[in-house]
Amino acid sequence: MGIRFVLLVNKQGQTRLAQYYAEHLTLDERRALEGEIVRKCLARTDQQCSFVEHRNYKIVYRRYASLFFLVGVDNDENELAILEFIHLFVETMDRHFGNVCELDIMFHLEKAHFMLEEMVMNGCIVETSKSNILMPIQLMDKAS
Amino acid sequence: MEQLKTIGRELAIGSHGGWGQSKEFLDLVKSIGEARSKAEEDRIILREVESLRRRIAEPDVPRRKMKEYIIRLVYAEMLGHDASFGYIHAVKMTHDDALPLKRTGYLAVTLFLSEDHDLIILIVNTIQKDLRSDNYLVVCAALAAVCKLINEETIPAVLPQVVDLLAHPKEAVRKKAVMALHRFYQRSPASVSHLVSNFRKRLCDNDPGVMGATLCPLFDLICADVNSYKDLVISFVGILKQVAERRLPKTYDYHQMAAPFIQIKLLKILALLGSGDKQASGHMYNVLGDIFRKCEQSSNIGNAVLYESICCVSSIHPNAKLLEAAAEATSKFLKSDSHNLKYMGVDALGRLIRINPDIAEEHQLAVIDCLEDPDDTLKRKTFELLYKMTKSTNVEVIVGRMIEYMINISDNHYKTEIASRCVELAEQFAPTNEWFIQTMNKVFEHAGDLVNVRVAHNLMRLIAEGFGEDDEGAESKLRSSAVDSYLRILGEPKLPSLFLQVICWVLGEYGTADGKYPAAYIIGKLCDVTEALLCDDTVKAYAISAILKICAFEIAEGRKVEMLPECQSLIDELSTSHSTDLQQRAYELQALLCLESQAVESVMPLDASCEDIEIDKNLTFLKDFVQQSIENGATPYIPESERSGMSNVSNFKSQYQHEASSHMLRFEAYELPRPSPAHVIPHVSVPTPIADLFPVPETTCNSETSQASKLPSVAGASSAAHGIKLHLDGVQRRWGRPTYSSSSGPSSTTSTEKTTNGVTHIDGVGSQSRDKLNESRRQQPEVSAEKQKLAASLFGGSAGKTEKKATSTQRAPKGNTRNAERPGAARSRSPETSKEKAAPSVPDLLDLGEPNPTSTTIVDPFKQLEGLVGPAPMPSPLDNSVKTSGFETPDLMAAAYTDLLPSGSSSGSLSSTTTDMYSVDKTSNTATSVPSIKKGPFPQDSLRKDARARQLGVTPTGNNPNLFKDLLG
Repeated sequence: MGIRFVLLVNKQGQTRLAQYYAEHLTLDERRALEGEIVRKCLARTDQQCSFVEHRNYKIVYRRYASLFFLVGVDNDENELAILEFIHLFVETMDRHFGNVCELDIMFHLEKAHFMLEEMVMNGCIVETSKSNILMPIQLMDKAS
Repeated sequence: MEQLKTIGRELAIGSHGGWGQSKEFLDLVKSIGEARSKAEEDRIILREVESLRRRIAEPDVPRRKMKEYIIRLVYAEMLGHDASFGYIHAVKMTHDDALPLKRTGYLAVTLFLSEDHDLIILIVNTIQKDLRSDNYLVVCAALAAVCKLINEETIPAVLPQVVDLLAHPKEAVRKKAVMALHRFYQRSPASVSHLVSNFRKRLCDNDPGVMGATLCPLFDLICADVNSYKDLVISFVGILKQVAERRLPKTYDYHQMAAPFIQIKLLKILALLGSGDKQASGHMYNVLGDIFRKCEQSSNIGNAVLYESICCVSSIHPNAKLLEAAAEATSKFLKSDSHNLKYMGVDALGRLIRINPDIAEEHQLAVIDCLEDPDDTLKRKTFELLYKMTKSTNVEVIVGRMIEYMINISDNHYKTEIASRCVELAEQFAPTNEWFIQTMNKVFEHAGDLVNVRVAHNLMRLIAEGFGEDDEGAESKLRSSAVDSYLRILGEPKLPSLFLQVICWVLGEYGTADGKYPAAYIIGKLCDVTEALLCDDTVKAYAISAILKICAFEIAEGRKVEMLPECQSLIDELSTSHSTDLQQRAYELQALLCLESQAVESVMPLDASCEDIEIDKNLTFLKDFVQQSIENGATPYIPESERSGMSNVSNFKSQYQHEASSHMLRFEAYELPRPSPAHVIPHVSVPTPIADLFPVPETTCNSETSQASKLPSVAGASSAAHGIKLHLDGVQRRWGRPTYSSSSGPSSTTSTEKTTNGVTHIDGVGSQSRDKLNESRRQQPEVSAEKQKLAASLFGGSAGKTEKKATSTQRAPKGNTRNAERPGAARSRSPETSKEKAAPSVPDLLDLGEPNPTSTTIVDPFKQLEGLVGPAPMPSPLDNSVKTSGFETPDLMAAAYTDLLPSGSSSGSLSSTTTDMYSVDKTSNTATSVPSIKKGPFPQDSLRKDARARQLGVTPTGNNPNLFKDLLG
């Protein structure tokens, strides 16, 4: 399976984007899970690992300004690679929005989702070329 | 200057028109962004949900407005509020002709609905239609939805179309079709088992994106069945070689690494294929060596590839040279200052020591540092490593540490894991019985509710049977020490139920065995147990049975049993219990007390828990009774095999079998009555029509029947298990791949295990030299004595040679200096890399403390204002043509694409995607060097955005000043 979820939360723990791959969770399950994870990750210091074990999987997280990118992965996943996948996602958004900030993601939630949709399918990383990721989104913008 | 800024803002807004969204939406986002607490956010969303509920149902909502409503619903659900009233509108939006609306509809549906939601069936039709669309972007959107929404039942509805799309001219479609098929495989492997050859074909796709995506399903397939894909080893090695040689388009590069994510996936696959296969591994050595040599070690992604290579090397058939390279890379990880790299290093070390335990020796101090690190993640990883390197010489230290850690954590999931590991290690390597009992006591005391019941039963069995020594004295010593420790522990409050059960059982069996404690004392203790806070029915049952045993032993010895008042009240209480089990036990105890010693001794013999209970299966003692009955006119017993019609009822064996086979439907007709006793085979309810497809059942049937005649009850259990397996086998053979059942998995693991076993055997000798080792270490003043001691106790077993120790410690500082040099080297190279917005050396976590809300403030505002007016994007003349035929020719698309990115994007990179993946593309080579100069922060963009935001009233000085902070700094 690989990636179980991608979660963006800000420093206050408010969710900014959430995409689940493993199974569909109910609202309550999601709330509980996100609360648990956010509490766990946000309490950590910069010196500690960017990886946290949680239940039977791991969370790889990275902080950009006020936003935390949290990715839940299976135990056999390469943590460093996931860490760089997060960075690739941010770089891709940055290329599209130009100096991307939290507000960009909030105002264009669907576009952030579309980019993620191009990059991850069935919990696997399928596309890592920024131009390939952005092409459909930009063609769509043009068409509308 | 303030004035000028205002003018700039107005200009910006005039030319750009804000974010292109309605005021309402902007207000919503703004209020969410500025919400100070979860409660405030909840209030905002609840109000929003109410207004949406009203407005979304209004007739004639404009389509664009509807899209916005749907996104607002997504927000509501994302923030944890039910928006199910709007699901149907999202479903409707998927019908829309306009692509952005359609895709938003699909996105919302995939976020809202689980795959068994009732509304899915409404979307299947739309998906089918969209899969046929001429517009490839529509097809892509539909395929993305397929991956999320199609469940096992609806697979057939879209499967033929998805298969057709595997040959679509557009690579983006092929890629998504591959992933859709992968999804079907995940959902129901049987539904696509005849289509897996498509994945092999797509591996050779000339688009690297499609090839890269195909690795995902292939990885899953290879996990399930390695042997069917051994022929692909050479292809995978070839692809990896080309990727590593930078033959892929430059757009796949990431921080100077050539397509690292594809490399990692390939390495994972090779690790599977090469595991325990000398020949396959032989093909990989070359390319793995190349990767080790070339890998960039200054970037995270380079280390990620390096780590994956170590994993691969430790999984495939060992190669001395590669192992050396892997060990070297691992030691660099461990010596790094970064916690992330240390973590990877500890994990890698855990993999390598399985092949060569000596590798750990060099890193003992690094490992101990990790163990004592305050970072919990690192600590746990280190425990995992220690678990892997435990042997009889260091088990006491390691398990001691584990228990100490276990006591201090509250995370039940991990507590369970570490407890069961302690138990496993203790069972395997316990140096003395006392230590074993003490260790188990600690585990049970602190994690008793979390460990498996089986562990408790094992402990009881071990105490009863001893450790296999024949020495009676040692056994009874073990038992008395167990009794002693349990009587002591009983004083503790709140013992877990499982532990109490063990204590009760042991006290019952052995409490009075050595004559140290009087029966009344033990009985009194057992009565106390039943009054404890956490005592459940099971513990009560154990306790009353224990009391029964002690009474029985006393009576058998000819002593009088004094009934304690608390014991009498316990019996009274239990004999009126709601649990019939407890009642029965209480009555049994009462009845036993009235029996004479002779009878009691045969009912409850002393220390008989290990005796096999012999069952006279022929019931010979009933012979007389039977004879008498027959003489009195009773019908004689007819053996099951001789009866017809009711064949499956009477015999114990066939009853068992019946239970096993009744799980599945019987497709064959009921058998005709058979008069002769010879036909026993039909009892094995193998569907006869397909019986000839697999020859195995017949032989087992034969053996079964022959066994059945001799020892029916033993054969019963095994044949029942056999029965189930038989059927599954048949199904696999019938529908699965022909080679399904043959696997060489076990043989591979045994070979590696054998080596470790051999080594641990030698390790026993190594412990003698531990003293010498300590001596040599005492000469180094820089490491604390305590740490050294720990290292010695952990690694002592594997160390062995003193000279080696000395060299390894000498090597350590050298490694450190090299390490210290490296950041400097990275920095000196940085002038070229820093132009990239995200140079690899940029720290992971950016400093938040900086007060400036936007990065633009540092730049001269006048210059930016000039810039802002300059490149105001003009409406492109290509707009319409893109709408109609934009996806036909790549040139046009490239033009449209570059038009969209007026500054700073690599335009040349696009053309390279259309070229053959295996050829070096010259244009892309030259193109990539250009954009890196243009890249960097876009001050104009930032200012523009800032201005727009201010216009909307979202101010950086508000509650959440970080909303504007550039993520990439």
